[in-house]
Amino acid sequence: MADKLKETMPSNDVNGTPKPSSPNADTAEQITMLWEYSPAPESSEHISISDKYHHFIGGEWVHPEKGRYMTTINPATENKLAEFAEGTSEDVKRAVKVARKAYEKSWSNLSGKERGKYIFRLARMIQEKARELAIIESMDGGKPIRESRDVDVPLAAAHFFYYAGWADKLGYAFPGRKADPLGVCGQIIPWNFPLLMLAWKIAPALATGNTVVLKPAETTPLTALKFAEICMDAGLPDGVVNIVTGAGQTGAAIVNHPDVDKIAFTGSTEIGKIIQKSIAGTGKKFTLELGGKGPLIIFEDAPIDQAVEGIINAIFFNQGHVCCAGSRLLVQEGISEKLIKKLKDRMETLIIGDPLDKNTDIGAINSRSQYERIMKYLETGKNEGAEMYQTSGSLPENGYFCRPTLFTGVSQSNRIVQEEIFGPVLTIQTFRTPDEAIEKANNTPYGLASGIWTDKGSKIFKTGQKIRSGVMWANTYNKFDPTAPFGGYKESGLGREGGLHGLYPYVNLTPV
Amino acid sequence: MTDRIEVLKTYKTYIGGKFPRSESERTYPVSDSKGNLIANACRCTRKDVREAVVAARASFDGWQGRSAYNRGQIIYRIAEILEGRKSQFTEELERTGTKTKNAVTEVESAIDRLIYYSGWTDKISQVFGTINPVASSHFNFSVPEPSGIVGIIAPDDSPLLSTISLLAPVLCGGNTCVIIASEKNPLPAVSFSEVLHASDVPGGVVNILSGYRNELVDSLTSHMDVNGILNAVNDENIVKLTEENGSINIKRVYHYTAENWLDEIHESPYIIHPFLEIKTTWHPVSS
Repeated sequence: MADKLKETMPSNDVNGTPKPSSPNADTAEQITMLWEYSPAPESSEHISISDKYHHFIGGEWVHPEKGRYMTTINPATENKLAEFAEGTSEDVKRAVKVARKAYEKSWSNLSGKERGKYIFRLARMIQEKARELAIIESMDGGKPIRESRDVDVPLAAAHFFYYAGWADKLGYAFPGRKADPLGVCGQIIPWNFPLLMLAWKIAPALATGNTVVLKPAETTPLTALKFAEICMDAGLPDGVVNIVTGAGQTGAAIVNHPDVDKIAFTGSTEIGKIIQKSIAGTGKKFTLELGGKGPLIIFEDAPIDQAVEGIINAIFFNQGHVCCAGSRLLVQEGISEKLIKKLKDRMETLIIGDPLDKNTDIGAINSRSQYERIMKYLETGKNEGAEMYQTSGSLPENGYFCRPTLFTGVSQSNRIVQEEIFGPVLTIQTFRTPDEAIEKANNTPYGLASGIWTDKGSKIFKTGQKIRSGVMWANTYNKFDPTAPFGGYKESGLGREGGLHGLYPYVNLTPV
Repeated sequence: MTDRIEVLKTYKTYIGGKFPRSESERTYPVSDSKGNLIANACRCTRKDVREAVVAARASFDGWQGRSAYNRGQIIYRIAEILEGRKSQFTEELERTGTKTKNAVTEVESAIDRLIYYSGWTDKISQVFGTINPVASSHFNFSVPEPSGIVGIIAPDDSPLLSTISLLAPVLCGGNTCVIIASEKNPLPAVSFSEVLHASDVPGGVVNILSGYRNELVDSLTSHMDVNGILNAVNDENIVKLTEENGSINIKRVYHYTAENWLDEIHESPYIIHPFLEIKTTWHPVSS
């Protein structure tokens, strides 16, 4: 029966992993009736998580000076996973000192070629431990195993592999300039793609000859600590990579440490602004990857089923915990009714539940506080007069889960249209002309990513040129690659990560 | 026979392709090196800054939308017009105390600098853009686009050459700008606006204000519709203020100081780069 149904499904080789169910509205109901999934959980038996983690400083585990620890839980079960150190300014001082020493004594004396070989090792060892890392990522953060297995971990390895190759080729990246490392980089990463963001930060920093002190988010520290084990296994010189765990205060201690040469931060625009302000006048370099409110523009001539898949991927990938999520749907008037109906039907087929289940499309919201934030926005949306639609079906009893949500009847000035919700919540507006779509698309303080669906190539380029965003996905969405630069316009950030452009933030350029 | 009475020039501002006085109707005295009054320059205000930013924003789409070839020709045209007015600017510089020989060199370098940057407009995409060999089945490329409106804080030394050395790379990248001219020597920059006006530069693409820095820098750098700041004044307080104000809307703040503006190191695409945004476009490759 299942095989027969599969044959009737439209092929979907454009917008990511084929989904197990059909976007075809007419058969959607039939399918959900006929095709029920048995649980297919990934076993977590063979993974190892310690009960208690300390900081990773100078190549060894170091107890926090103040002796305080925090707890990380599995947001899908609310069960405790492990304890980890809460970093204070003393711990940060220690880490920066060690990183400075490693920079001066070992790392900057290595040739680019040898440096590269260490980074290649890291890439390979992430691949070797891919399954374990993926499971831990899903347990600690709540994201579906399908995503951590197929996206987060392979991309993290690819990122190290890509930048490893740059280490001895920097002269080719900056014509007419000599590229020198900056020194010690302080890096603060978010909880939505913990290992991948670590890779985005550490790989280019090491390739260009810097050493790092990195702080993972307080709700998802585990894969960074597993990465510390990989650094040890790879024989990376002590102190080149240091992981200090903790919350916002630990991050602030890194930002404000006078001996840190560069800050790389991924997180909210609100915190980004605080960081930019607090390092004003210090001469520290910085890059910021901040929030977004990505528009998805669907023109009348778009291939509609493909567009529906694209929208699903744009807003429900990783529960919508994506800075570049396509969270504002702008659909041309003539097809809006049809599109919204198809979208709702497709949403009904999304499987919400156990992140470790291989069939799960939507996992757990990362933390209680994020869950509460999303719920507050749902209230705000309703209070602003918008009409809310949520999928039916039951949610797991424990853990933080949010149904895929649409808002129609919104206006451009609504808070749910202007502010980043960081959850599986999509607002829907219509437009008549391309100019109106562009006007609405650009009308937020953000400019990180955008999506356009049309079958007309010339329209893609015309619209794409006028949208102020660092990434433009045409007839696709939420694709990432280490060779492709990523970063924001306007209040979505400053600087690029990935590709050749991702080297700039980590070098000082001097005329040859 | 009586000596002819010289006609003195009224120095105004340059906003949106027009030459208004400051809305405050206030001026401040500009003197030569011996302390003699040369002219009264406009003492611009927060409101003038706002008008200038509005003009810069209004012209941004048009300027960005022009072909790189066209922008290159317009910058070249600025150089052509300046070449024809060499003696005027040499005199202006002499009046501020620059020796004749140095004034001539400064004007000539300023012209050459414009020529240098005019040639970059249609090459920066090729030097700073990339085709990215992504592992999935997508065509992927990254191209530079302008950041938007850049506020330029000009220094007091080499007032013509420094202004042009800061302005040209910003324009070259497709940005529009608001310049706070040197407080001490604003007149060459103000006169230069007449050259811009005669050179096919669309009104609003370059806006030039004069006045007191401590009144103008704060307004310009805290303006929510300014995307970047290029500061060439080597002053700790201004550096800190511009960076703090920059954080209000994640401005791209870049400090650029020079010991000698004549030096050819000031001709570089890496000065264009800070006010470029890289846009990455993905499209599936499939049948």
